[in-house]
Amino acid sequence: MDNSKIPVQRGLTRRIIPCLDIRDGRTVKGINFESIRDAGDPVELAVVYSEQGADELVFLDITATVEKRKTLVALVKRVAEQINIPFTVGGGISAVEDVALLLKNGADKVSVNTAAFKDPALIKLLSNEFGSQCVVLAIDTKKEDDGEWYVYLNGGRTKTATKTRDWAKHAVELGAGEILLTSMNNDGTKNGFALDITADLATRFNVPVIASGGAGTEAHFKEVFEEGKADAALAASIFHYKEIEIPALKKYLQQQHIPVRN
Amino acid sequence: MVAIIQYNAGNVQSVQYALQRLGVESIVTDDEALIRSAEKVIFPGVGHAAPAMKYLRERELDQLINSLKQPVLGICLGLQLMCNHSEEGDTVCLGIFNEQVRLFHSTDLKVPQIGWNNIYDFRSPLFHSLTENDFVYSVHSYYASLGNETIAKTDYILPYSAALQKDNFYAVQFHPEKSGPVGETILKNFIKLS
Repeated sequence: MDNSKIPVQRGLTRRIIPCLDIRDGRTVKGINFESIRDAGDPVELAVVYSEQGADELVFLDITATVEKRKTLVALVKRVAEQINIPFTVGGGISAVEDVALLLKNGADKVSVNTAAFKDPALIKLLSNEFGSQCVVLAIDTKKEDDGEWYVYLNGGRTKTATKTRDWAKHAVELGAGEILLTSMNNDGTKNGFALDITADLATRFNVPVIASGGAGTEAHFKEVFEEGKADAALAASIFHYKEIEIPALKKYLQQQHIPVRN
Repeated sequence: MVAIIQYNAGNVQSVQYALQRLGVESIVTDDEALIRSAEKVIFPGVGHAAPAMKYLRERELDQLINSLKQPVLGICLGLQLMCNHSEEGDTVCLGIFNEQVRLFHSTDLKVPQIGWNNIYDFRSPLFHSLTENDFVYSVHSYYASLGNETIAKTDYILPYSAALQKDNFYAVQFHPEKSGPVGETILKNFIKLS
């Protein structure tokens, strides 16, 4: 990449994270959390993304049944054997033993969502056992008519009366090391990330916030890093269907003076 | 054969996979004879300094590590444990490097540092064929300050030791096993050391 005209400014860079939704060992993508399409073999995709300069990967397992979860551990092992960038695994994680098994097989972090909301002590258990750095709190959030952002559970199907800011605060106190924030209003729209709630959490807490939901253009990434103050931005379908390619996205962000790894 | 020291801190699997990708045979072990006879030793680590040092002392792995003669590579917590002392749990460490490990303090930057940052000012064959400011992946709240044994630097909140070397002991604060092609080169360079 020709960046001879860009002065060297050292420091931590903003991360670009492709997300792979996994069901029964295959990559899928839910549009507005519904109507899922098959986007291929996850390991193959993971290798492609890591070679293209993705900074990290997230695998969210949406397999419903317990017996099929064993395929996730096998998948994690295959991914860890083949890629040399960090990756997070999430989806249905509710026990310390689940996490131990995923980390042992090579995952760097795990994300917890519904189970942590129902039993917040899980966050403390996990951070004490494995360290905060590997505990990512995933929050699915939706802005209601009252203008407030609320927490949703079960992949966005169940509304709660808890405000996202309050839950995030509690979870960070319990030891969550990072927040993966998905806006249901924005997810699948390709109209851009939810900048207000992202900036709210990213400036309020001393843990990194990964913005998710709504990426449609390269400019949306610039917005979420500048206005949204996000530490990382996650997207799925636009990467899977090559609407945006990571090398071009990073080149664009560098030109826009957003620090990214080249 | 590379021996990866097995103890209570961390996820050694990724290091082993990284070596496997380079075609290098490794074994995860806490067996003294195996560690002593290995051509290279890797001392990885993710976790808290105090229980890690306690564990090493109870099994006399501390003395073993300090007496090794072959090239040794500490990674992340491994680097911190090879210093004199860590503020994490006010822990006396192995004392291979004459450095203090301190907690990052910042009002505007997040702690831990998580992600990709530059390494520069290389002073070791460990960084052979790399370019100044290449990127590596780190996750840490504590850092070793700069000193005579610093062989690469990173800037986060302040410049700190991204890597240290004394005699046959090498250590990196970042995760070469998770740092893409740059990390792969560093591991390759370590394997080539004599």
